Amino acid sequence: MTDLTKLTAAQTAEKIASGDVTAVEVTEAHLARIEAVDEKVHAFLHVDREGALAQARAVDAQRERGEKLGPLAGVPLALKDIFTTEGVPTTVGSKILQGWIPPYDATVTRKLKEAGVVILGKTNMDEFAMGSSTENSAFGPTGNPWDLTRIPGGSGGGSAAALAAFEAPLAIGTDTGGSIRQPAAVTGTVGVKPTYGGVSRYGMVAFSSSLDQGGPCARTVLDAALLHSVIAGHDELDSTSIAQPVPDVVAAARNGDVAGLRVGVVQEFRGEGYQDGVIQRFDESVELLRELGAEIVELSCPSFAKGLAAYYLIAPSECSSNLARFDAMRYGLRTGDDGSHSAEEVTALTREAGFGDEVKRRIMLGTYALSSGYYDAYYGSAQKVRTLITRDFEKAFEQVDVVVSPTTPTTAFPIGERVDDPMAMYLADVCTLPSNLAGNAAMSLPCGLAPEDGLPVGLQIVAPAMADDRLYRVGAAVEAAFQARWGHPLLEEAPSL
Amino acid sequence: MPGISREEVAHLAKLARLELKDEELDHFAGQLDDIIGAVAAVSDVADEDVPPTSHPLPLTNVMRPDEVRPSLTPEQALSGAPAQEQQRFKVPQILGEE
Amino acid sequence: MTVTELVSYDEALASYDPVMGLEVHVELGTRTKMFCGCSTALGADANSQVCPTCLGLPGALPVVNKSGVESAIRIGLALHCEIAEWCRFARKNYFYPDMPKNFQTSQYDEPIAFDGYLDVQLEDGEVFRVEIERAHMEEDTGKSTHVGGATGRIHGASHSLLDYNRAGIPLIEIVTKPIVGAGERAPEVAKAYVAELRELIKALGVSEARMEMGQMRCDVNLSLRPKGREAFGTRSETKNVNSLRSVERAARFEIQRHAAVLSSGGSIVQETRHFHEEDGSTTSGRVKEEAEDYRYFPEPDLVPVAPSREWVEELRGTLPELPRVRRNRLREEWGITEHEMQSVLNAGAVDLIVATVDAGAPADQARKWWMGELARRANEDGVELPALSITPEQVARVCALVAEGSLNDKLARQTIEGVLAGEGTPDEVVDKRGLKVVSDEGALGTAVDEAIAGNPDVAEKIRGGKVAAAGALVGAVMKATRGQADAARVKEMIMEKLGVEG
Ligand SMILES: [Mg+2]
Ligand SMILES: [Zn+2]
Repeated sequence: MTDLTKLTAAQTAEKIASGDVTAVEVTEAHLARIEAVDEKVHAFLHVDREGALAQARAVDAQRERGEKLGPLAGVPLALKDIFTTEGVPTTVGSKILQGWIPPYDATVTRKLKEAGVVILGKTNMDEFAMGSSTENSAFGPTGNPWDLTRIPGGSGGGSAAALAAFEAPLAIGTDTGGSIRQPAAVTGTVGVKPTYGGVSRYGMVAFSSSLDQGGPCARTVLDAALLHSVIAGHDELDSTSIAQPVPDVVAAARNGDVAGLRVGVVQEFRGEGYQDGVIQRFDESVELLRELGAEIVELSCPSFAKGLAAYYLIAPSECSSNLARFDAMRYGLRTGDDGSHSAEEVTALTREAGFGDEVKRRIMLGTYALSSGYYDAYYGSAQKVRTLITRDFEKAFEQVDVVVSPTTPTTAFPIGERVDDPMAMYLADVCTLPSNLAGNAAMSLPCGLAPEDGLPVGLQIVAPAMADDRLYRVGAAVEAAFQARWGHPLLEEAPSL
Repeated sequence: MPGISREEVAHLAKLARLELKDEELDHFAGQLDDIIGAVAAVSDVADEDVPPTSHPLPLTNVMRPDEVRPSLTPEQALSGAPAQEQQRFKVPQILGEE
Repeated sequence: MTVTELVSYDEALASYDPVMGLEVHVELGTRTKMFCGCSTALGADANSQVCPTCLGLPGALPVVNKSGVESAIRIGLALHCEIAEWCRFARKNYFYPDMPKNFQTSQYDEPIAFDGYLDVQLEDGEVFRVEIERAHMEEDTGKSTHVGGATGRIHGASHSLLDYNRAGIPLIEIVTKPIVGAGERAPEVAKAYVAELRELIKALGVSEARMEMGQMRCDVNLSLRPKGREAFGTRSETKNVNSLRSVERAARFEIQRHAAVLSSGGSIVQETRHFHEEDGSTTSGRVKEEAEDYRYFPEPDLVPVAPSREWVEELRGTLPELPRVRRNRLREEWGITEHEMQSVLNAGAVDLIVATVDAGAPADQARKWWMGELARRANEDGVELPALSITPEQVARVCALVAEGSLNDKLARQTIEGVLAGEGTPDEVVDKRGLKVVSDEGALGTAVDEAIAGNPDVAEKIRGGKVAAAGALVGAVMKATRGQADAARVKEMIMEKLGVEG
């Protein structure tokens, strides 16, 4: 019998639709896998066994009644613990929300349920999505299935690790500065940050509203596309949701082709801080694209050099305001309510006890950047840089169809290495965050292992806003060519745990 | 660009309602000073005539009709409350202005 | 409470020139909240009109109520403001338990309406122009009940209970430019401005603007400058002054208090102050030792509002006749003085009288009832005129019954009393109480005959030419008919029967 956890989502859905296997069998196989390996990996914060099986049974019943199933019906998925799930705990990786059970579903959650996707549980993440290693989770770090002593990336390390550990064929992440793409890169999986506004943010706990974007995580480009088309689309509950048809990403993923495509290589995405093996694999990817018929164009985007600085002002500014609601009054943790403290003191004591260091740092940084006297120099200037970065992208996309770069400058680093050096940690997002600032679409997919450490390297593809389909067309072509070269999917080289 | 002092960090913590411990103040002051030093790079453009971008979307006028939608039930609304009384959220004494 | 030795009002005005700023918050009467679809209906169970958005639950997002924006634009237009071609919401960040997100979604440097004015008319007819700085959109907070202290006061309470039904209800904040040049009439101008604004809001139909219900709240900012000096002095901000009379009293008190402090060589601290209804005084609230740092920034969860000029013009087309213009028109139609019109306005009777006239009553009659009997009853019951349980149509019906002779004045009053007591429509009350004027000639004739027979000496006097003596016979008939006769007709019949020319 085939190992059901090794199938792609597309294959799994087909088998369920044809009656080869039941959704319950598939779900049970994945629950068993979680049972077997998650103690080591710690991808999940909460496994919703009952909910998952109930959904699987519903899909099986639907099939038995002869109803047409959606393209991902019965396929298990790992949901980042940043999306609200009615009746199922949602913590955002924070002690301040420990035990909170939302009374409502996020739009993404609702769409997944409606599509018959089986939500296995909620995945670990850096607290409030702030981090690049998942070490900032209040509930302990997640291990990288390639090497459990290393980080799985962040903030969506739990989602990426669940894929790489074959605990789920699909996962959902959120990407504010790279939190889908960077974990995908360091775990050898595929992750997509859709165009800003492409996927509803309703029910996705906000970190930085103007940058946050939910997106699909998978082991193949086609699976990511299938998931993308399930979760994307206009939502009247999110004012920043795009009211236009979703680009046909599934068709694009089925028709990988880069012949005649103009591909930009941005000079600014290399140099100091980039690991040799990462650059080597990236250069090979560019070479591959050329061989596949793409035209390579060297580009300069000078303002990208200030992207990191702008990002680390805008994101903290917005988060300082978004996280103000965690005040111990209406939900979540309450500390110090012993009759001797005022509401104001209880709020301050609770936030002190409930937030981790990185969250506190960013809240204070954002409070600083927005305060009178500093606003213009910091927040205001960061907004100008944002304009310059957007213009650089616009200029680039006048010359090329997509831009490529390494997803992150290094492979997975050891757990603990950067925890007390925020600036070093922030550098992990240097290639990904310009797309969040500009709001365009970007993907990371595996492009090999770095020779020096044998760990996965990610290739980032960036497309203009609302041209998400280009990511999949290019991604599918690159994926097919690499797999032909390697003879198998990259993840087969990962240890079996 | 000026660095950040321990006193400023204490002020920020107060504004942000974080009851920081003394050792945290020192710890964060050092780190925030480093970070601010690094992000101050943006202020090069402070005087440039560039319009600010607060949002990546060019949308305007997203509005909904004035039609009532279902609310939560009071039980749902209060389901996460640390304390409640008389179907209301019970909170510690609010320091008044009187 | 510190006692301030005030200087007399005249003395204060002799040396200082008051500068006022008025900030009025109006709760809109939209069906739903500003950023979510929860109902705004009053009187609901606590926390029954809340959703993830207005409760500030993690993940929830706002969506702007189109009707709220429309109301804001219409208010702006009625205040002769410019309407922004493009503006945004901003977050005003500060912590308070009644504010679920710990920021208020408001507008900061890009208000939807700005640079306007409102002409207000003082009691003597003088018109004063109040310049409007801005009108912007924002949201209300929840309601706290303070428990364990003295009579619901926040001070000394052991804990508080929060109901967020009000959180997120749309507010329009209307801010004046500094009001200068009103001199001794400043308090009067303040009151007239708030009164006029309230009339305007009601005329626009965007809110009932009932101050006693908190639907309209006023902050009075006031400073003094020595006569002849350009620069403004330091101001105090008196919060939540929630009746017209209080607005006037608060301004007056602050003028006297500032003058006392300044003339004794002291200086005014910039602070918020609380107004006390009991004695019209203000007391110190929170001192703004450092300017509050609200860390405003553009609300990233909402997109800009960019009202097209076509839309603005379409809304301009829906504006009603401005209240002051309308009042002047009505005053002429009704043929009354400025002062009488002012009384009608103060009594809140303008619309009631108009409706009564529209229902067919003559203006003088309509005004007579609303400003007389009904005003007296409202006053006795401690309610506003519109709250009385009688409609303008019913008042018009009473007027009609009087005009056709079915009721006399006294019976009309009894009829109104019956309607107010819930006994039914005027016709039903007349029927049930048997109030109709006795107009049956036969019955009346019998009563007259009996009165003549019972008072032969009086009858003799009348026959002898002492017509004035008829009053006694009329009285007797009225007594016999329990007042339900038309006195004029009774007198006529007596004269006829006695063969005397009336
Ligand atoms: Mg306000
Ligand atoms: Zn609501």
